[in-house]
Amino acid sequence: MANVQTVEKDLTREDTAESFEEMQPGLIEWKSIWMPMLFVVGMFLAAFYLPVESKRFTNAVLESLALVKWYAREHVLLCLVPAFFIAGAISCFVSQAAVMRYLGPTANKAVAYGVSSVSGTILAVCSCTVLPIFAGIWKRGAGLGPAIAFLYSGPAVNILAIVLTARILGLPLGIARAVGAVLFSVLIGLLMHYFFRREEEQKVQAAIHMPPVEVERPLWQNVVYFGTMVGLLICATWGKPSEPVGFWNAVYEIKWWLTGAFAVALGIELHVWFRVKTAKVVAAAVVVAALAFSFPQEPLIAFAAGIVALTVLITTTRGEAQEWFLSTWGFTRQITPLLIGGILAAGLLLGQPGTEGIIPSQWVSNLVGGNSLGANFFSAVVGAFMYFATLTEVPILQGLLGSGMGNGPALALLLAGPALSLPNMLVIRSVMGTKKTVVYVSLVVVMSTLCGLIFGHFFPNEP
Amino acid sequence: MEIKVLGPGCPKCHQTEKVVKEAVAESGVDAKIDKVTNILEIGEYGVFGTPAVVVDGEVKSVGKIPTKAEVLKWIQK
Repeated sequence: MANVQTVEKDLTREDTAESFEEMQPGLIEWKSIWMPMLFVVGMFLAAFYLPVESKRFTNAVLESLALVKWYAREHVLLCLVPAFFIAGAISCFVSQAAVMRYLGPTANKAVAYGVSSVSGTILAVCSCTVLPIFAGIWKRGAGLGPAIAFLYSGPAVNILAIVLTARILGLPLGIARAVGAVLFSVLIGLLMHYFFRREEEQKVQAAIHMPPVEVERPLWQNVVYFGTMVGLLICATWGKPSEPVGFWNAVYEIKWWLTGAFAVALGIELHVWFRVKTAKVVAAAVVVAALAFSFPQEPLIAFAAGIVALTVLITTTRGEAQEWFLSTWGFTRQITPLLIGGILAAGLLLGQPGTEGIIPSQWVSNLVGGNSLGANFFSAVVGAFMYFATLTEVPILQGLLGSGMGNGPALALLLAGPALSLPNMLVIRSVMGTKKTVVYVSLVVVMSTLCGLIFGHFFPNEP
Repeated sequence: MEIKVLGPGCPKCHQTEKVVKEAVAESGVDAKIDKVTNILEIGEYGVFGTPAVVVDGEVKSVGKIPTKAEVLKWIQK
């Protein structure tokens, strides 16, 4: 009897165990699997149907690799890396508080517009600080107009963007972009202030908290210091003029001597103002000079050694120098991967100037070639809605220009592009409401179109 | 004690939050740490720059990552 009972019991236990197992949640959690799985399947399908037989596709891949190589050879050492160092120096040596003083609630309005239209160079080097500062200026500071001017000019006039635009897309476009962005920001700010002048609410009297004054260094030292670095950058990237005559050529002939002179000045400033030890600076200078004189045909060797030497000098000196290195590295890490991606994509889709990528040049020149109202308007609208990661607008525009885009539409895209994107519009909308956002976006599009038309008229593409 | 870290979500803001959390854990102070990411709300504090740290309604730092020692000083009165 007892035996039977135990057997029965065992049976029931097995039963419950089985049904229990079925009730348990499965081991496979689709929630966390479906996304990566979709990715793997997608990669497989892409590989399965990879159009390697298509001449156009294989060409485009080669083009994009060639474009990356061209950037690496021509632009990284002489242009991008120095620009990263300058941007890093700006973000840690220039006192934000000194600038923000001019944007407070009691600030003179004319001064506030002026300062906010150019302060992007100093304040907006990190894109994530733009919006909080914008909200601060609007709600607690100088009001809607200057806030909008700051919001617009911030991403457009930062030093990296201007340097790279001028270097790769040509000096006229670089200057037009900088000047256009500054003028625009003031105009758009004034118009926004005019449209919404009734809504300007009484400012709440509240304490304002400025960022700390980071370093006590006299202004003239900062000016000389940045002047040295910008001078070094300009000399190193000085292009060969088409005809070997005149001032441009004279500078070109001695550009490496000038670069060297600026480098010596930089070394002295590092020693005097940043307390880098004399022995280190001299040692670095000797190594760089030795390389420069032993390989006179390969100035890049000495230049690269100079960059390494500078990095060693500032990382081994305590204090500000280390901070400078950290913020420079921050920019490099943040921007480089995006830029490489942008260059690869631009090369794949549009090819190098003079060649074709996946997209036929005919399409580009039909849509945005010449300097018609339609072409300018189209690029302004596309630029406004499309998202460009920092600096990627440059290789993309280079590809478009090479495929037949007009100079005017190119400027329209540069003016509307980096300042606005769909995701960015949604954030701005959450801050200042739908109505103001719509007016702001429309103003940007209309004015970019007009500016493109004017620029395209005076600087038509070379036939 | 109420600590607020103001910042829309850039790397510097995350680092600030980490420093504050470490400091609180180290000091053993009973504190509630809030992360404020809404830009309008950040603007209401009158801070011109992020990341910023607010302790019991008082703005302690703006536009930089504070060191752990600084945070400890703010929370151990």
